[in-house]
Amino acid sequence: MLVAPVLVLLIFFLVLPIAVMAAYTFFTFVTAGVETSALTTANWHEFLTDSYYSGFLLKTLRVGAITATLCGVLGYFPAYFIWATTFKHKWLLLLLLIVPFWISFTIRTFSWINILGEQGVINVALLKLGIINEPLPMLYNEGAVILGMLHFLLPYMILNVYVSLESIDRTLIAAARSMGCTSAQAFREVTLPLSLPGLAAGLLLCFVLAAGSYVTPQLLGSGRDALFGNLIYDTIMGELNWPMGATLSIVLFVVLGFFAAIYTRYMGMSQIVKGLGG
Amino acid sequence: MPDSQDATSNPRPASAGAANAGEAAGANSPAVEFRDIDIAYGKFVAVRDFSLSIAKGSFVTLLGPSGCGKTTILRSIAGLVDISGGQIMIDGRRVDDVPIYKRNIGLVFQSYALFPHKTVFDNVAFGLKYRNVPKPEIVRRVGKALEMVRLPGSEKKLPSQLSGGQQQRIALARAIVFEPQVLLLDEPLSALDANMREEMRVEIKKIQKETGITAIFVTHDQEEALSMSDRIVVMNQGAVEQIGTPQQVYDTPATAFVADFLGKANMLAGTVSASATAVLLATGQTVNVACPRPLAQGSKVTVVVRPQKLSVGAAAGANVLSGRVVSASYLGGSAIYEIDIGGKANIRANAPISGRVLREGEPIDLGFDPGDCVLLDEAGQRIS
Repeated sequence: MLVAPVLVLLIFFLVLPIAVMAAYTFFTFVTAGVETSALTTANWHEFLTDSYYSGFLLKTLRVGAITATLCGVLGYFPAYFIWATTFKHKWLLLLLLIVPFWISFTIRTFSWINILGEQGVINVALLKLGIINEPLPMLYNEGAVILGMLHFLLPYMILNVYVSLESIDRTLIAAARSMGCTSAQAFREVTLPLSLPGLAAGLLLCFVLAAGSYVTPQLLGSGRDALFGNLIYDTIMGELNWPMGATLSIVLFVVLGFFAAIYTRYMGMSQIVKGLGG
Repeated sequence: MPDSQDATSNPRPASAGAANAGEAAGANSPAVEFRDIDIAYGKFVAVRDFSLSIAKGSFVTLLGPSGCGKTTILRSIAGLVDISGGQIMIDGRRVDDVPIYKRNIGLVFQSYALFPHKTVFDNVAFGLKYRNVPKPEIVRRVGKALEMVRLPGSEKKLPSQLSGGQQQRIALARAIVFEPQVLLLDEPLSALDANMREEMRVEIKKIQKETGITAIFVTHDQEEALSMSDRIVVMNQGAVEQIGTPQQVYDTPATAFVADFLGKANMLAGTVSASATAVLLATGQTVNVACPRPLAQGSKVTVVVRPQKLSVGAAAGANVLSGRVVSASYLGGSAIYEIDIGGKANIRANAPISGRVLREGEPIDLGFDPGDCVLLDEAGQRIS
């Protein structure tokens, strides 16, 4: 009986909207802003045959994968540091990870314009020092998009890895050391393998969030660096083609859901829940 | 009891080995030797002035309440804790500057500490791998170690597929497979249930004897200590209270702490009366005691009597004290009585049953042989 309210919430806010969207993918697009409920497979046909869409999808997955990998590489170290430090006020270090969330995500993204832009800190400084004569084009490219996403996703990665490190019984490391491991060998034998579930959870989370992002490429990328999310936005808000927009949305939903499903199959979703719970 | 005396008041390198008495000095350096060890965490002194020498092949137990420093001592041998003063020698070689991974020591933890992501084989083979033992030799020795802990053929299992007792056996196999100089056991039985604990007690002792390894065992459980050890080191608040064989520490506790910690002895406060072997108890009765040296008249002493040394009812011949039964627990062959003889604390007697078990409130006589007690002076030290 107690699950009833939750069930209602889930149906109302999750299942129903997706079902409506799924239904829209079979509606007929007439002209901008107008569609009829006459059922058609034209939208799906267009998506599956036009390489423009699949190209966008592959590019989005590629950027997502690069971002997630970089997050994993860059995020493991701070997580390990926070776990291993003998600093008394660990909570302070963890709090520092959360602090950026107090500032609006959009503003945080905008801040990169002031850093990387032609009038940004780096270019102005380099120009003043006479190291360069013309501002470097650091903004509005794929690198800037990935950088912006790293900025936003790293705390998720660090927290996930940290939580799985924290769950390691430290006597295991003492045991490995007593049997002849140097600390580096003990890390390779014990700490790293036992923290992999957290790393994997972080990778999935960062990948899904990066591949589904829309604001970062919009603000920090040029038109060429748009991701699938921007494509959906343009289709719905620009072309006012709701059936096609719905089709693309469902595609992204299914593709990212597929990766999450693979992850759940091998790792279990509980790891992510642990990570998010801090 | 040659070494119970020096251990009492002055725990300098008192040999706590099995075969210490006849051991030729210098021919064989002790397996482990502590010289004036101090261990402090900031301002907190965990261990102070600890000296002990452990003979090769012996089973020595560090016994004491939690927080007495026994685990800290154990960890200092392994190098998991840094000592702040003194020296630790293993086989005559100073090790306090040797990093953990270069000390050749087997460790068994209370929490088993098996690697959950590795199979039983990889767990047991771990120490051999880091000693560059060739693969076929590793396979052979792991197999042998698993046979020794009576879990042959479990190589491919994961620790999570084993019971607590089995996991602790694997942990034991893992610690002895590379033939360490010393085996350290940090309360290895306390996570097990009662039945398993007794079984493992026998098993650990058997394996220790078979391999002839020097073992240092840490526990707060007096039964474990008494049943397994060649020598017991009783510790309290970071210092040694007594070192001796199980029987020595049990029968002739060196201090009030040892008497109380091992087996809850009865402590009867009193004053030496006119006769040098008679003690006038605070409760008014006079008892005769056997004392190794004449006692000064009027000095305050404590008469320590084990519950098992007290006879009750008609069996009470010497030093008869009368009281009332406060509670009686029937144990089959014997009964434990709590008896009020007028003092602050009740007397506890564990006596064979003759006739019937007396009930609460009934009058009861109890007595003990003058030779069956130990006398402590005012400072709580044994008078010897």
